[in-house]
Amino acid sequence: MQFDWPILSVLIWLPIAGGLVMLALGERAIGLGRWVALVTTAVTFGLSTLLYTNFDMTTAQMQFVERLAWLPQFASYYALGVDGISMPLVILTTFITPLVVIAAWTVIEKKPAQYFASFLILEGLMVGVFAATDALLFYVFWEAMLIPMFIIIGVWGGPRRVYATIKFFLYTFLGSVFMLVSLIYMYLKTCDAGSCSYAIADFQRLPLAMNAQILIFIAFLLAFAVKVPMWPVHTWLPDAHVEAPTGGSVILAAIMLKMGGYGFLRFALPITPDAAQQLDWLVISLSLIAVVYIGFVALVQQDMKKLIAYSSIAHMGFVTLGSFLVFELVRVHGDVRGAAMGIDGAMVQMISHGLVSGAMFFCVGVLYDRVHSREISAYGGVVNKMPIFAAFAVLFAMANSGLPATSGFVGEFLVILASFRADFWYAFLAGLTLILGAAYTLWLVKRVVFGPVTNDHVAHLTDVNSRELFVLGVLAVAVLLLGVWPAPLLDVMRPTIEQLVQQITVSKL
Amino acid sequence: MTEVVINAADYAAAAAEIFVLGAICAILLVDLFLDDAKRWISFALTLIALVGAAFVTVNFAVDERVTAFNGAFIADPMGDVLKLFAYGTVGAALLYARESLQQRGLFKGEYFVLALLALLGMMVMTSAGSLLTVYLGVELLALSLYSLVAIERDAEVPAESAMKYFVLGAIASGMMLYGFSIVYGLTGTLQLDDLAIAVREVGPDKLGLLFGLVFIVAGLAFKFGAVPFHMWVPDVYHGAATPVTLFIGSAPKIAYFVLAIRVLAEGLGAMVESWQGILIVLSVLSMAIGNVVAIAQSNLKRMLAYSTISNVGFILLGILAGTTDGYRAAMYYTFVYVIMAIGSFAMILLLSRKGFEADKLDDFRGLNRKSPWFAAVMAMLMFSTAGVPPFVGFWAKLAVLGAVVEVGLEWLAVVAVVFSVIGAYYYLRVVKLMYFDEPTEEVEIQAGGTMRALLSLNGLAVLLLGIFPSVLIELCARVLP
Repeated sequence: MQFDWPILSVLIWLPIAGGLVMLALGERAIGLGRWVALVTTAVTFGLSTLLYTNFDMTTAQMQFVERLAWLPQFASYYALGVDGISMPLVILTTFITPLVVIAAWTVIEKKPAQYFASFLILEGLMVGVFAATDALLFYVFWEAMLIPMFIIIGVWGGPRRVYATIKFFLYTFLGSVFMLVSLIYMYLKTCDAGSCSYAIADFQRLPLAMNAQILIFIAFLLAFAVKVPMWPVHTWLPDAHVEAPTGGSVILAAIMLKMGGYGFLRFALPITPDAAQQLDWLVISLSLIAVVYIGFVALVQQDMKKLIAYSSIAHMGFVTLGSFLVFELVRVHGDVRGAAMGIDGAMVQMISHGLVSGAMFFCVGVLYDRVHSREISAYGGVVNKMPIFAAFAVLFAMANSGLPATSGFVGEFLVILASFRADFWYAFLAGLTLILGAAYTLWLVKRVVFGPVTNDHVAHLTDVNSRELFVLGVLAVAVLLLGVWPAPLLDVMRPTIEQLVQQITVSKL
Repeated sequence: MTEVVINAADYAAAAAEIFVLGAICAILLVDLFLDDAKRWISFALTLIALVGAAFVTVNFAVDERVTAFNGAFIADPMGDVLKLFAYGTVGAALLYARESLQQRGLFKGEYFVLALLALLGMMVMTSAGSLLTVYLGVELLALSLYSLVAIERDAEVPAESAMKYFVLGAIASGMMLYGFSIVYGLTGTLQLDDLAIAVREVGPDKLGLLFGLVFIVAGLAFKFGAVPFHMWVPDVYHGAATPVTLFIGSAPKIAYFVLAIRVLAEGLGAMVESWQGILIVLSVLSMAIGNVVAIAQSNLKRMLAYSTISNVGFILLGILAGTTDGYRAAMYYTFVYVIMAIGSFAMILLLSRKGFEADKLDDFRGLNRKSPWFAAVMAMLMFSTAGVPPFVGFWAKLAVLGAVVEVGLEWLAVVAVVFSVIGAYYYLRVVKLMYFDEPTEEVEIQAGGTMRALLSLNGLAVLLLGIFPSVLIELCARVLP
């Protein structure tokens, strides 16, 4: 059922308006401001659940569409809509942001109003990225999003925040400008074909020659691979994660990285299927390198946040792997179901990683707020002082290493299953993650949580307060729910993914 | 020899120019009888003159191209819009400058008169129908600007800057004039309309014409400040008093844009292939040198000077496309650039106070703590100049990139975006100073209400024109059919 009011616009502009209100209130009214932030994000989440309850699960069409003339000179529209791929990501965004607000409630001391406002504005822009069906509008949200994140890392980050945030901005900016040039190119192609358009759907239908496809694909690859991030363009991520404040790390890991995966599914695969087919070996190799090599890198980290950051890169390797198995499965084995399974796995992995990595960063945040250190060696025996926290930490660690009954298992399992159908060695290498992931995550937990109390800081720890308990509890429920009963998510995505597989296996030449 | 007839229609076409000239004379006279305490009267008269000029321009606006004074003068919708924009820019530049001028003891009639003379020069360039009129406008503008730079008579640095500007500017004007004379010699006409036909008859590949073209483009590139004719830009921007820098850095760009359109696109349109190649080199060099060297600057005025150079590279991208879409894009870019540049320089004025020029990058340290709103304005200006959406600078870049991709120069678009990423670094550094660093000194902003209001409007314009970009783009599309 569609609404007679523009629900997606509300999801975009309500948080932005909330953020502007907070900025206008200023730092003095922070008491009121906090509540503005909480109410805005909570209402946004509440409204976004309507997307799910009113979603038509039988169609691959864009739903809740809005279309307003925006830039008629360039045939660009303010066009919004969600399908089975973007809707879960929108809800993930609106779900995580209120938790970030709650987690930061009294923790941020410097300019808290600006902190909350940045996250609110960021939320609106992120929803815009997932909801835009016009490529130019998508690009505007995609780039605009960098600004609040730049500020968040730079103002509230750690000691090397300036280096980290400028690196973050320039890396992602450089990746995306090539995409802009290719969007312009395709726009001009649609003009040649008769009707100018920036609609993503029109780009997906646009016939393109092979060499043009290759160049466009490379531009997309640069933009999205940086965002995912894929080895070897991942180096900004550990820096950004380590220096960002807790909320920044959570949003970065839980949502921003997903935009890379989303971009592959929405742009790269359907718009340039032939180039993607030609170059799928490249993406698959890079993904497997991320899974295996970065897994080893994670093993040797001394910094908790850095470890989780590397683990994110490894886990996101599954997303790109699952997405790009399509060609081999369909071309070599004629296995359409396997192809859909790969993309299913990629999507579930994205949502699951959003929850799990977000939760792990929250856990680090809980410890950091008390001890002000992210070094693994600064902890030890936390369980003696913080039993409740330890229970959550262990749960999320299990989910991160892909234990059955947690959400982490579902996505990885589907992707590994799909890669078995494609090639044994893909599955073998991807399967290594079950060992590596368990190794680095559980070793982290062992060193931080278990054992005897190692120092005075740990001896003075107090267990989670009700605010932190709420945040971790909500995430734990979500992780377990998705782990034992992923059907609601898979049902929503099915028609869209089936259509996507069909779309990307038809040549455009 | 045809008989020269000048009738009322000719005067109507040039009504705005005549009005401004009259106003200049009147202000010059009135100012003689005022003492320093009453100097605000000439200031007010200047602003009234601008409003009046706008009124006259709107009243005598034309729907299509009209030539007057036997072809020496052109009135067209593009010219009208550019003139209106120039009035606004000059007005804003004067309003921004007022406090700073008062503090420096430069709040004098000469300043206003020179500003209006410069404006008149721009108007003449905008409406030039023949190479001689073009040259007349160029010189009127240039001489006024030299004097404006030198207006701080007793200070050494401005005098040096003015001298540098004058010597190099005179050479550039000379080159341009030499180019004009060669073209005239080969085609036998000075009028741009006739020139367009004559060039086709002579043959656009004729070596002599190419020779002349190179001189013309070199002169133009100097005026614009395109690499390798950019040496004067950082020194003049840095050396001139900030209100003067603000003036030089904004409105004249409109006039140079129209100079390129009138001479290259209209007069020498048949030689597009020749000047396209030259402009590609100038544009790539400007974007490269401008963006890279700006990184090394510690003075904001110098940094903005290099930023101007790189932005000129982008304006040239639109012009070199040689299509209507390209000219529109270049015009849009010029408008957008002027709005952003005037705001950025005004930020320096906002933070300055008597005896203190806030023109070092370090002076912006911790601005977010002193004034979150103006830190946000400056951040918007910087992100916009860097070409980050949703600010208007992004759309300007998009428009010129679209124009070059359209003519098959995809590689040039890629080069341009790479340099704009390099450029983003130094804009980010300003944001970093304002937001991530602590202030070095606790001095409140002392600027007055007009300044604050105007600058706030300027910042909002950058945001709102970015969220609703079609307004300004539509305007450019309408006047450049």
